Amino acid sequence: MAQGLLRFITAGSVDDGKSTLIGRLLYDSKTIFEDQLESIEQASNQRGTDGADLSLLTDGLRAEREQGITIDVAYRYFATPKRKFIIADAPGHIQYTRNMVTGASTADLAIILIDARAGLLEQTHRHSFITHLLGIKHMVVCVNKMDLVDWDENRYNEIVAAFQSFSSRLDIPDIRFIPISALQGDNVVDRSDNTSWYDGPTLLQHLEHVHVAADRNLQDCRFPVQYVIRPQTDAHRDFRGYAGRVSGGVFKVGDEVVALPSGLGSKVTSIAIGETNVDMAFPPQSVVMTLADNIDLSRGDMLVRENNQPDSIQDLDARICWLGDQPMRPGARFELHHTSREVKAVVKEVVYKLDINTLHRIEDDLEIGMNDIARVKIRTAAPILVDDYRRNRATGSFILVDPGTRLTVAAGVIYT
Amino acid sequence: MSSDYNLSHLDELEAEGMYVLREVAAQFDRPAILFSGGKDSICVTHLARKAFAPARIPMPLVHIDTGHNFPEAIQFRDDLVETLGVQLIVGSVQDLIDRGEVAEETGFNASRNKIQTPTLISTIEAHRFDACVGGARRDEEKARAKERFFSHRDDFSQWDPKNQRPELWDLYNGKHQPGEHFRVFPLNNWTELDIWNYILRENIAIPSLYFAHQREVIRRDGQILANSEYLNLRPDEKPETVQVRFRTLGDLTITGAVESDADNLEKIISEVAAARKTERGGRMDDKRSQSAMEDRKKEGYF
Repeated sequence: MAQGLLRFITAGSVDDGKSTLIGRLLYDSKTIFEDQLESIEQASNQRGTDGADLSLLTDGLRAEREQGITIDVAYRYFATPKRKFIIADAPGHIQYTRNMVTGASTADLAIILIDARAGLLEQTHRHSFITHLLGIKHMVVCVNKMDLVDWDENRYNEIVAAFQSFSSRLDIPDIRFIPISALQGDNVVDRSDNTSWYDGPTLLQHLEHVHVAADRNLQDCRFPVQYVIRPQTDAHRDFRGYAGRVSGGVFKVGDEVVALPSGLGSKVTSIAIGETNVDMAFPPQSVVMTLADNIDLSRGDMLVRENNQPDSIQDLDARICWLGDQPMRPGARFELHHTSREVKAVVKEVVYKLDINTLHRIEDDLEIGMNDIARVKIRTAAPILVDDYRRNRATGSFILVDPGTRLTVAAGVIYT
Repeated sequence: MSSDYNLSHLDELEAEGMYVLREVAAQFDRPAILFSGGKDSICVTHLARKAFAPARIPMPLVHIDTGHNFPEAIQFRDDLVETLGVQLIVGSVQDLIDRGEVAEETGFNASRNKIQTPTLISTIEAHRFDACVGGARRDEEKARAKERFFSHRDDFSQWDPKNQRPELWDLYNGKHQPGEHFRVFPLNNWTELDIWNYILRENIAIPSLYFAHQREVIRRDGQILANSEYLNLRPDEKPETVQVRFRTLGDLTITGAVESDADNLEKIISEVAAARKTERGGRMDDKRSQSAMEDRKKEGYF
């Protein structure tokens, strides 16, 4: 059966062979077009590099090509008969951590590359930690450049063991290891003749079959109202529909629902996608629901089930990644955006800052600057309706917006 | 769709696009859809229809008219606007030329592509649009591969690709200072093939130019260009009649045709699936340099 869409992020520095790996996936799945290859070969010749430098394909900005680094996430697309893939190609450098967080926030799976000669580096730790923080449940650790260590099984096992010792402190349920050579193509698309000791799937086989639909929360019904549709045309004079994206659970026509925060109950009378009525809606569908009663319900409110409600809280225990150029000012006020709701908020306390290379807590220096990850306590001006991020990414996440500059200055996940 | 709650990738892309459009309607005071008459902006408009049904699309369509149009595209635009009952706003490049605000390129490869940008910006300013929804896709071009869904533009309409706003989950921050605006791209994650498969699935009407037809063309620098009164012919260039179709629809003078016998959607899909050149490979405007698109986008291009 077709598996639908898989969104994954690739992390690692250029030296780990990330661009080569992406180039290999695109090339072997016949996604690189002739004119793209010609343009890359031309540019490589101009720069005096040997052969086509596949990283030129992913590094799309002038500044990136000049410096040979990735600054911002680039999105790449390829498909096999089994599945369609969206790659978020994320920068590896620490100063662009916020761009990696952007790419990771929508990914179902993360690929972490490790150079078999170098083993685990700071970046390996940082990227793995961000994967964990953003709640990505599937990780593939590609031990790359195996050709340069003579396909040594012991070296591979050493790296696997070192990674496992680190990752035991992270909450990533599905971690898989694959020995590869991105440059030569071993175990990327085709099985390698050099790794008789490895009996797992190739990278592409794994990507084609990994099951991520189960990661969506189908238990807890959550429907944040995004927009109220009132046509006010002759044909639909009294129509009032609630548009939104299902964030959790399965809503069916006829279901008893409760509107929050009002607490008023009603019944779902119809669910539609465009002009087509459907019987039910589940994540991540965008639908319009109508209710039996004309209750007070608008953007920022949420439809749920009576016996399964999110927490309504004003005091948040959150992990944030600071994205702003300027350090966070203690006691500063923000707009907190959560689902379709905006409330005023203040960071009351920084509990600790994390050294993401060692996972050590820093408690004596609590200034939060760009790319820092910290545990904080936040107070909101009004209650918000949250679930634990690990249970629901949509209702467990928020951003902080600076009311002066209007910029997004932090990304946060809520643990309840 | 199936009982185990799996969605096809087109269903998922559609849901994402509708969500983005509803965010635009909810977050902005004066949004608009940039409508070129091409298949991508037709798909955006179709998504908007679905996102707001049974109400009308709550924002106008804006067409930046170079004056060098395929007549079929203009007819198509006017019919669609009437069917949808939405407002059409036309920003005219010719008007800016007449007012002396822009100068037209001259020479054999002269095009009005570059002066579309000031026309777009002046239209945005005149109508004080705070969000312009476009049909651009990340797979089109390497600078576009970096785009956000909500892409910030300063009060000179400029894009700062090295310092883009972080965009987390589907929490799109449309907050901005007066005079600034956003470009919004609901089709970011779609590929050319997705667009065609979606047009087939949803039975969306598109201009006849996309299907194979007989046309008088000239061949220039490996491109096939439609012959028209707007094209300056070199002495050695001779128009010939060929069976062609267009993979993209832009200004008449820069949009390359491909030789093709794909006269229905199924044939187009097999052609696109087997294609070895990108669709923008036929666009003279992208060929000017490695950074042609990035440079134009920074200035405020679509």
